[in-house]
Amino acid sequence: MAMDLMSFFRAKKPATATMARDRLMMAVAVQRANDGRGLSQNSLPAFLPQMREELIAVVRKYIPVPDSAVNISVQNEDGLEVLELNIALPDSKLGN
Amino acid sequence: MAKIIVTTSGKGGVGKTTTSASFSTGLAQRGKKVAVIDFDVGLRNLDLIMGCERRVVFDFVNVIQGEANLKQALIRDRNNENLYILAASQTRDKDALSIEGVEKVLNDLADEGFDYIICDSPAGIEKGAHHAMYFADEALVVTNPEVSSVRDSDRVLGLLASKTRRAEKGERVKEHLVLTRYNPARVEKGEMLSVKDVQDILAIPLLGVVPESASVLTSSNSGSPVIADAQSEAGQAYTDLVARFLGEDRPHRFMTVEKKGLFNKLFGG
Repeated sequence: MAMDLMSFFRAKKPATATMARDRLMMAVAVQRANDGRGLSQNSLPAFLPQMREELIAVVRKYIPVPDSAVNISVQNEDGLEVLELNIALPDSKLGN
Repeated sequence: MAKIIVTTSGKGGVGKTTTSASFSTGLAQRGKKVAVIDFDVGLRNLDLIMGCERRVVFDFVNVIQGEANLKQALIRDRNNENLYILAASQTRDKDALSIEGVEKVLNDLADEGFDYIICDSPAGIEKGAHHAMYFADEALVVTNPEVSSVRDSDRVLGLLASKTRRAEKGERVKEHLVLTRYNPARVEKGEMLSVKDVQDILAIPLLGVVPESASVLTSSNSGSPVIADAQSEAGQAYTDLVARFLGEDRPHRFMTVEKKGLFNKLFGG
């Protein structure tokens, strides 16, 4: 109960603006790649979509994963660009 | 030499026409000879925002199709003698414009000695938007701090860099970010993209930030561009924006929450 109360007071609404920013970075990178607009024009990584495709291909050489298992995002943390790569592996394929 | 400026955004309802009306009025207030053209054929609105809807006799399509000459169709603004409005047609469809027709009207306006021609683009990225941006020297990219608006603005930046006459000649259309409906209180709470966020994503120079303001609606109710309301923050933001466009160094305002003093807090200033 006391914990609940504490967490209630500490509960901060998630900063949705940060989510908006991160989602837009990715959406805009994809759009620019589709438009054939590259890095020369702006600072966003237009190579991200292609890199994602290639990473999926590499992972698939060893483990069958669906497209949705590979997630790339670019985030800005305290002025530092962080490239985050998440690959969700199917349980049965590991440690056997 | 007339300078052609397109007001564009991709997304609808972000403040293109509001910006066109105030920007053209502001330039005229500064002594420039300005024409503002509504490219939204079939859905005209600029005339309402400028308060001249009852004086529209001939429109842009009439001029392009030779049913009226330019002088007959240009409506002189009530308050600024060097500001003229060319209304969109309300009855024709969007195929009534042709790129050659648009070019001829723009050339004729330049011959008439206009300093600036403001092209108010329709929403979307179809033919009407293409016509509005094709001959532009510069672009006001009107954006709200909201995901769909920012992505659409980026899409429009791609078109400005590829589907314009300047792009075809290997030149660039000069782009300006106009961030509208900005709410600093929500930005501080982490609920809204900040100016910096939008600038980082779109990577174009910021011309001005227009705060969300009740006066935008009341000004449109009365058919007066919000820049004419010198009391309102939005009006002041547009005045600054125009000065900046003309090369003046004006610090950005209305980007942070104004701290109310104790007196105001207590007595609701």
